[in-house]
Amino acid sequence: MSFSEADIAAIWLTLRLATTVTILLLIIGTPIAWWLARTESRWKAPIGAIVALPLVLPPTVLGFYLLIVMGPNGPVGQVTQALGLGLLPFTFWGLVVASIFYSMPFVVQPIQNAIEAIGDRPLEVAATLRAGPLDRFFNVVLPLAKPGFITATILGFAHTVGEFGIVLMIGGNIPEETRVVSVQIYDHVEALEYTKAHALAGAMLAFSFVVLLTLYWFQHKKSAVGMKYGA
Amino acid sequence: MIELSELIQARFRLDFNANKKSKTEQSFCLDVDFNMPGTGITAIFGHSGSGKTSLLRCIAGLEKTSSGYLIVNNETWQDETHFLPTHKRPLAYVFQEASLFEHLTVQGNLDFAIKRSGLLHKGSGFFQEKETSNTELYKQVIDVMGIENLLTQIPDGLSGGERQRAAIARALLIKPRLLLMDEPLASLDDARKQEILHYLEAIRNTFDIPIIYVSHSLDEVARLADHVVLLEQGAIVAQGNVQAVFSRLDLPMHFGQDWSVVVHGTVSMIDQQWHIATVSIDSGEIQIPDNQFIVGQEMRVRILAKDISLALEPQTDNSILNKLAARVLEVSNDPNSAMALVRLQIGKNTLIARLTRKSVHQLNLRADSEVWAQIKSVAVVA
Repeated sequence: MSFSEADIAAIWLTLRLATTVTILLLIIGTPIAWWLARTESRWKAPIGAIVALPLVLPPTVLGFYLLIVMGPNGPVGQVTQALGLGLLPFTFWGLVVASIFYSMPFVVQPIQNAIEAIGDRPLEVAATLRAGPLDRFFNVVLPLAKPGFITATILGFAHTVGEFGIVLMIGGNIPEETRVVSVQIYDHVEALEYTKAHALAGAMLAFSFVVLLTLYWFQHKKSAVGMKYGA
Repeated sequence: MIELSELIQARFRLDFNANKKSKTEQSFCLDVDFNMPGTGITAIFGHSGSGKTSLLRCIAGLEKTSSGYLIVNNETWQDETHFLPTHKRPLAYVFQEASLFEHLTVQGNLDFAIKRSGLLHKGSGFFQEKETSNTELYKQVIDVMGIENLLTQIPDGLSGGERQRAAIARALLIKPRLLLMDEPLASLDDARKQEILHYLEAIRNTFDIPIIYVSHSLDEVARLADHVVLLEQGAIVAQGNVQAVFSRLDLPMHFGQDWSVVVHGTVSMIDQQWHIATVSIDSGEIQIPDNQFIVGQEMRVRILAKDISLALEPQTDNSILNKLAARVLEVSNDPNSAMALVRLQIGKNTLIARLTRKSVHQLNLRADSEVWAQIKSVAVVA
């Protein structure tokens, strides 16, 4: 099993995309998860539903709307053009934006659950020990919600690696710009290069399995600890 | 006149239905207006649901009230326009269930407090006046709370009592100017309670910081408190020093617990032959089993109403050692229709005796009757 130069380029691009998206999602998703976990606002349900939409929407639907919004006549497209950034569709950063929306629930939900599980008490305790809001977040919430953040990181990364539909809609198939592994496999199959497709598909299968195995091992260990805590 | 700098003044109004939007909980409104001494231990006493924890949370700023003010030792923590958030109030809080951070060792929990203990470093208070250095204070706290051998452990491995001791140590290390304690013993079994009570007494004797102590246990209040605030259904029904409040008959103090009074005394003599200590209490003496007391030692004793019997003449042919001349102040009914409560004046002290109504009738007891109070046993509480 060997990879062509184009395959390796696709793999690198995929890893670069997934890493960028995961880092950005942790930064964007954490405040959203915090808000969803702690608010009593009536907007909690609608915002939660919007975040969860990619779980049920076909990627083509999300991709279609993003294409419109980021396109030359879309509001985002006009802003990016005005800023001299050009248009986002069919670029790496267009893929990043689309992937952020698409992988959002996989990052937000584990963090939200972890923060909800912590409850009010540790935060109140920290406040009575003179910890301000940021201090409370970094020194109490973050360490206590660490398992949630790890799960979010793994799922966000893996899910971005595995996307296909939205990449085709937004990114197209440009080598070293938007041609990720899943698209490369599609190309191989279209060209009837089954051996090459096998190599990449097998690699993806192995990668996904290892990622999920790690996650479940980790969660199992965590729940065993959790049971000990409850006793 | 009490110095303003040693006074906690507050008014809170907190409507729970409006706050929590829960339809199942019955409507509850905390509405209090009070002055508490800013020294010693003040107990907020009441049964569950009386609002005592809510009141403490208001003082801590953990609960926002719709209106009110709070001035602690001449410093405004809350008024109509300002609300000082909890982390900016120089207080410490011990929660009912041990609330150590599970991700840190005991030492890590203490360090959390030590690191932040300098954050609000103005005004006076025990920890500031003494200029106790951090290391000195640390040693003192570890010593008083007896947690030296727990420092490397994680909270998960500790017993309930050990966790609570560590949590109290952490509260002291933040160098509070006001220590709030919300039933710190409630989640512990009796043996652990006694253990922690001992540590709490040590804190009172070692660190001169005002403590507000929420409790529903008369025993704890009798042992610890100097001042009592009695709370019922969100309102204050009585407050005053512990002797005065305990000896009132018109208050629902007992809540199914035994009536008792608290009396201060001084050990005046120790009889080595019989191991009996004599304690002078204002105008009279009581004898109690010696427990390595020292002559001159001050102590606080609690006398249960059921341990007092009354006689019209001094009795010599019974086993009771303590017989004090007393004057009946009033006779009132006990919730139990067979029983009556008799309030007695002995010097400046007031005692309460719980007798059958039949006995009251047979002895013809009424206000101003001269009687002999026979005290069967006395509990030394501090």
